Amino acid sequence: MFEFALRRLLGTIPVILGILGIAFVVLYLIPGNPAETLAGPRASSEVLETMSREMGLDRPLPERFLVYLSRIARADLGRSVVSEKPVFESIIEKFPYTLKVTVLAMIFSIGFGLLAGILGAVYRGGLIDRLCTVFSVSGISIPIFLFGLVFLYVFAGKLHWFPTSAYRAGSSWWPLVLPAFTLGVRSAAFLARIVRSSLIEVLNQDFIRTARAKGLPPFQILYRHALVNALIPIVTVIGLDLSSFLNGSVIVETIFDVPGLGRFAMDAILKRDYPVIQGIVLFSAFVFVFMNFLIDLVYAWVNPKIRDEMFGN
Amino acid sequence: MEQLKHLWKRLSWVGRLCLAGIILLVAIAIAAPWLVPKDPMETDPARRLASLPGFLLGCDQLGQDVFSRLIYGTRLSLGIGFSARTFALTIGLLVGLLAGYFGGWVDWLLMRLVDIFLAFPSLLLAIAISMVLGHGLMTVILAIAIVGWAETARIIRGMAMEIRTVEFVQAAQAMGAGHTRIILRHILPNCLPLVIVIFAMGMATAILAEASLSFLGLGVDPSLPTWGGMVAMGKDYLWAYPGLALFPGCCIALVVILFNVLGDELRDVLDPGRKGNWLS
Repeated sequence: MFEFALRRLLGTIPVILGILGIAFVVLYLIPGNPAETLAGPRASSEVLETMSREMGLDRPLPERFLVYLSRIARADLGRSVVSEKPVFESIIEKFPYTLKVTVLAMIFSIGFGLLAGILGAVYRGGLIDRLCTVFSVSGISIPIFLFGLVFLYVFAGKLHWFPTSAYRAGSSWWPLVLPAFTLGVRSAAFLARIVRSSLIEVLNQDFIRTARAKGLPPFQILYRHALVNALIPIVTVIGLDLSSFLNGSVIVETIFDVPGLGRFAMDAILKRDYPVIQGIVLFSAFVFVFMNFLIDLVYAWVNPKIRDEMFGN
Repeated sequence: MEQLKHLWKRLSWVGRLCLAGIILLVAIAIAAPWLVPKDPMETDPARRLASLPGFLLGCDQLGQDVFSRLIYGTRLSLGIGFSARTFALTIGLLVGLLAGYFGGWVDWLLMRLVDIFLAFPSLLLAIAISMVLGHGLMTVILAIAIVGWAETARIIRGMAMEIRTVEFVQAAQAMGAGHTRIILRHILPNCLPLVIVIFAMGMATAILAEASLSFLGLGVDPSLPTWGGMVAMGKDYLWAYPGLALFPGCCIALVVILFNVLGDELRDVLDPGRKGNWLS
């Protein structure tokens, strides 16, 4: 297991280098001088000059890439053009909001997705199954901003259960419930589908028939035998959702005014604050790679067969 | 044509309904200029947020006819979705076939590339691309395509690897057929059913992506009548005129549902072995 983890960890290195490479190339693709892109249009000529020297713009490209790598390694993502605060600091400051919303969304989507998926598989073909299918198809298809606006209109506007803006959420969780609900619908729908289809597959297998023949109560069969074997696809979906959290966050945080990373990214884009955009894109890409690493570890732990397959042993 | 007829016969009624709906929408998209009662881009301060006779769903804050804009939105939504998807599929097919067929270091290299593209949050990557290329129709299409090709490549690769080991391919190799011939004549045709399914589902994703970009104000020119852009404009008037945001939002939802369900039904017909398995 330890060897597996180590080899898998080493496997992330080319991907991380590739991500940095692309971010680096993009920086040089943006029209204009890269130092100017990073320092902003209002920077004085002295600042631009120091900037160029720091970035090694007078030196050959491979050397520049090394300079770039060493800066990233020191968690130096530059400073915001607008607020002039270090980008990494701002990311760390805003991340908790996004994390909170994401965690709430995950709890909601796992609970709801599991329930809908299990109900669909157990009552396969019946009315409940149909309802669950309708839920999962619409959850996957309806744009997240439409959900957000409808929830905002109904639960915050008409019923006044929630505030219409989460901007002053501070440390309280309540204002984040509605954004989390919105963010979670899609993954709940996705999960419901996966759970349903993988459960149906497992429920058709012989060992389930044996368990039933033994006279085990249905709940125990479902819980002890079926669900455990349907775990792998479920872990995949949960992992995929957790790591692409920022996609939905950009939209959800814009609608509900959550002061998190997504909103931060959106503001930076509108103000063309390039260092911030680059920092957030890199940060979320790293989170993705790390999450994938964790998921593979969980896989290997749940199912030792995968450990061998992954390296073709 | 014969094959299409055959396909139609095997589809369930749900699939047929979706296909018919999509054909209808394509017709609306093509015929949009003759269908709209008013000019969708004509602004008039006097008509601001008014509901007047002849304006079926009222006017938005610029006095533009909401109904006409919705009709035109079909054109942009389907057009951008189709172009982006075709582009993504072309790259995905190329990379997937090469990686799956040749294996070895070609596979390793191409798959690491796929990993890298999948590691960026797709929406942020699309945003970054549109920042580099500037705003415009082509940018949006490119951004959605660049985000979408990697997943296609991964699925096609799996399929190509499977087909490569089947006897008829080995027979063709033994008879001295070249790589190009084997890929084009033997592997690609056997991937086609899967490609059709991927295309239908990909349309849904691409249309959603376009709508999200437009919603965030990063899509095509905001004066153009895109559904996502209309939701974004309407959300400022959500409390007094919820219809402004909800009508275009429902249009997006409807189109995406049609493509997703059709993709599902097509997979049940074309690729029964994978029935119900979404990820592989």
